Amino acid sequence: MSNVLTRLGDWVTERAPNMMPAYRKHMTEYYAPKNFNLWYYFGSLAFLVLINQIVTGIFLTMNYNPSAAGAFDSVQYIMRDVEWGWLIRYMHSTGASLFFVVVFLHMFRGIMYGSYKKPRELVWLLGMLIYLALMAEAFMGYVLPWGNMSFWGAKVIISLFGTIPVIGNGLVEWIMGDFLPGDATLNRFFALHVIALPLVLLLLVVLHLAALHEVGSNNPDGVEIKKGPKGNRWSALAPADGIPFHPYYTVKDIVGVGFFLLIAAFIIFFAPTLGGWFLEHDNSIMANNLVTPAEIKPVWYFTPFYAIVRMIPSFLGSAVWGVLAMFGAIAVLFLFPWLDRGKVKSIRYRGTGFKVALAVFVLAFIGLGAVGAGVTAEVIPEWFGNVDLTTWENLFGRVMTALYFGFFAFLWAYTYFGWEKTKPVPDRVTMHD
Amino acid sequence: MKQFLPSLALALGLLIGAAPAHAESGPALLSSGANVNDQASLQRGAKLFFNYCVGCHSLKYMRYSRMAADIGLSEQDVMQNLNFTGARFDDPVISHMPPALATHWFGKAPPDLSLEVSARGADWVYTYLNSFYLDPHSPIGWNNTVLPNAAMPFPLSELQGMQTAVMKPGSQDEVEKLTLTHPGSMTPAQFQQATRDLTNFLDYVSEPAALQRHKYGIWVLLFLVVFTMLAYLLKKEYWKDVH
Amino acid sequence: MANEVVDHGRRRFLTAATAVVGAVGIVSAAVPFIKSWEPSARAKAAGASVVQSLKKIELGQQLIVGWRSLPVFIVNRTPAQLAALPGQDARLVDPKSNGSSANQQPRYAQNETRSIKPEWLVMVGICTHLGCVPNYVGEMKPEPFDPNWQGGYYCPCHHSRYDMAGRVYQDVPAPKNMEIPPYHFIDDMTIQIGVDPKGAV
Repeated sequence: MSNVLTRLGDWVTERAPNMMPAYRKHMTEYYAPKNFNLWYYFGSLAFLVLINQIVTGIFLTMNYNPSAAGAFDSVQYIMRDVEWGWLIRYMHSTGASLFFVVVFLHMFRGIMYGSYKKPRELVWLLGMLIYLALMAEAFMGYVLPWGNMSFWGAKVIISLFGTIPVIGNGLVEWIMGDFLPGDATLNRFFALHVIALPLVLLLLVVLHLAALHEVGSNNPDGVEIKKGPKGNRWSALAPADGIPFHPYYTVKDIVGVGFFLLIAAFIIFFAPTLGGWFLEHDNSIMANNLVTPAEIKPVWYFTPFYAIVRMIPSFLGSAVWGVLAMFGAIAVLFLFPWLDRGKVKSIRYRGTGFKVALAVFVLAFIGLGAVGAGVTAEVIPEWFGNVDLTTWENLFGRVMTALYFGFFAFLWAYTYFGWEKTKPVPDRVTMHD
Repeated sequence: MKQFLPSLALALGLLIGAAPAHAESGPALLSSGANVNDQASLQRGAKLFFNYCVGCHSLKYMRYSRMAADIGLSEQDVMQNLNFTGARFDDPVISHMPPALATHWFGKAPPDLSLEVSARGADWVYTYLNSFYLDPHSPIGWNNTVLPNAAMPFPLSELQGMQTAVMKPGSQDEVEKLTLTHPGSMTPAQFQQATRDLTNFLDYVSEPAALQRHKYGIWVLLFLVVFTMLAYLLKKEYWKDVH
Repeated sequence: MANEVVDHGRRRFLTAATAVVGAVGIVSAAVPFIKSWEPSARAKAAGASVVQSLKKIELGQQLIVGWRSLPVFIVNRTPAQLAALPGQDARLVDPKSNGSSANQQPRYAQNETRSIKPEWLVMVGICTHLGCVPNYVGEMKPEPFDPNWQGGYYCPCHHSRYDMAGRVYQDVPAPKNMEIPPYHFIDDMTIQIGVDPKGAV
């Protein structure tokens, strides 16, 4: 058996000399720092979810009908008539939300440990592009079931482009291919969702990993293991604090996969709508261009940005400012490597100001999400009785918006003017068990 | 890790609890207590639906045959006692009422109820069924506190009886509470159970896969626990190398 | 520390155990995806059975009805067509439908006329060669493809020929007699395709 495998390996190597070295470079001889903690599971988990989305997505297309007349029925057909169709759909819908959960945590890890800092700016930029593509992918996928929230969500999000001066209205019609979201919109979104964007995503993921493996992984101490001493029990040339990805991180990631699948399976089998967070109630009503849902809001992973649009009033007769702010809120994330001029990567050795600011930033992001999801609209009257909801909600939302952007301003000033008091960074990585 | 898992469970619980608002504002909803795994309740609910509702409302995504298999009825039960339209056993449940006629009678076609519970929630449906009252100002003689000016008469009135609204002091149209002024053939407790059964049936109809989910889900979770434990031991074993 | 002895047996066992359990998981997870290709409830419902009245089919006429998306030929055979059937036996591949065509009909249609009632032919109109739909050539007169034609079916694709009971002639590409579906008479002039007669298997 192993003899056959060896010969097969030789046969392949003879014809493609770089294949086995590539496996070694990215797996067995990819030396990752040995001190990864919990936060380092989310990269491989994101990859797992991507695979899940592709496989379940392929099977959904086999029974989905991308037409305004047939889309909604075909989803119910999948849910009821296709054997196990319900499982495949719930794996896809749950996977979509968990994709964002995992990606948000992955990004937060990068911010916490300064993984975007030199020499990993390219890794961060490619990651941000993945995030952009993922948002486009998720938005278009959300339109496909053609429920009433799909329809109105599509209408509102596409209308964002209508605020652009001069070309706005024409652009909106061009995107929809109609005067309202309809067959044309659904068909082009379907094509983009199942073919174009998945290809872009896969390509970006490959580049993200390639860029990472060029420079090597950061770690919770923010210590460059490649600059440290050489030599470990596997190789005399490898960094002393590195361990081969395979088998050590393979087996570790499998444990993470197990935990993750437990959570995912719990949601898929026992709470697939997650109380309306993952699958919205109003999407159980077919798209109706005459009846707007009581409250239009995007799925949870868009709510922070959606809230920013709502919190910025129109000015000079244009609504473009809110839209600019929303895109700005995403664009500013690209600038992390250049806004943060701190000398130290990891939060473990950074100044208190950074720690506090990051906590405030996370709370602002969640607070904006609560505004966008309508949680504040529900909670404010509950907690404070008969108050003027709009005033309080706007006040809260605007403070959160200010804190969101304020974080970046603070981060730049704090590090540029050298106000940050850092702790000494150790020479070698530290292990905590 | 030790603090992580409980906090994750807590976060999940909070999320489910803090469900984004979906029902229109209105009176507080009653708890339906719907449980799709209660087969006897589903059977009673199905009977109510096919006696009182199917005259106007379809369940266009629900096949008689699937329903029979899922809630434990035989083909004979369904075809003789529930299916009054002459549809085949494999057909979906389509009301006999022509939509044009329905529009003429009620001002709009009665909605299909296949996904009613998914769209509005079981509590809403249950509360709605318990909130009809006599309203002389309404063209059909009935009104509902959950869905004001609903274009629907109340076919269950022979069971519940008739409720009359008591308005808030000094108000013409704000209902304070409903009182049963003409008893029906059921006691209030019996009627609550009946509407609970009906809600439960509609809950099942909105997602028949729920029965399969619950059945397989527990095995999937148990399998994953075993797998994760093995993977953890494997990781521990290999990581003995790492110091 | 570095001198710690690695327990290779334990390591191999845990690797194998995790791999096996993981493989079981992946295979189990694949099952729903494979099963999703089975005919759906809708397809099954559409393919369940078809009830067809025979009243309007005149003597010597053929009606084609859809069943499971297949064309089903229903022919009201004339006495002359029926009388010609036994005379064809010597030229057929499997005249008694008990050889290569033994599974091409239910037991109750395994006879000379391949039917429940002699005059009524009910047959899936799919050529057993490569699945074309043969033409009904009911008239008993010399045809270019057979000077001694006694009525039957002629496949336009590869010229396979069948007699008035759907039995395949020798020296044509098709190997078997055409398939007779399960059916039964609800009353004298109504059949249900897709359901066997009561008591027959």
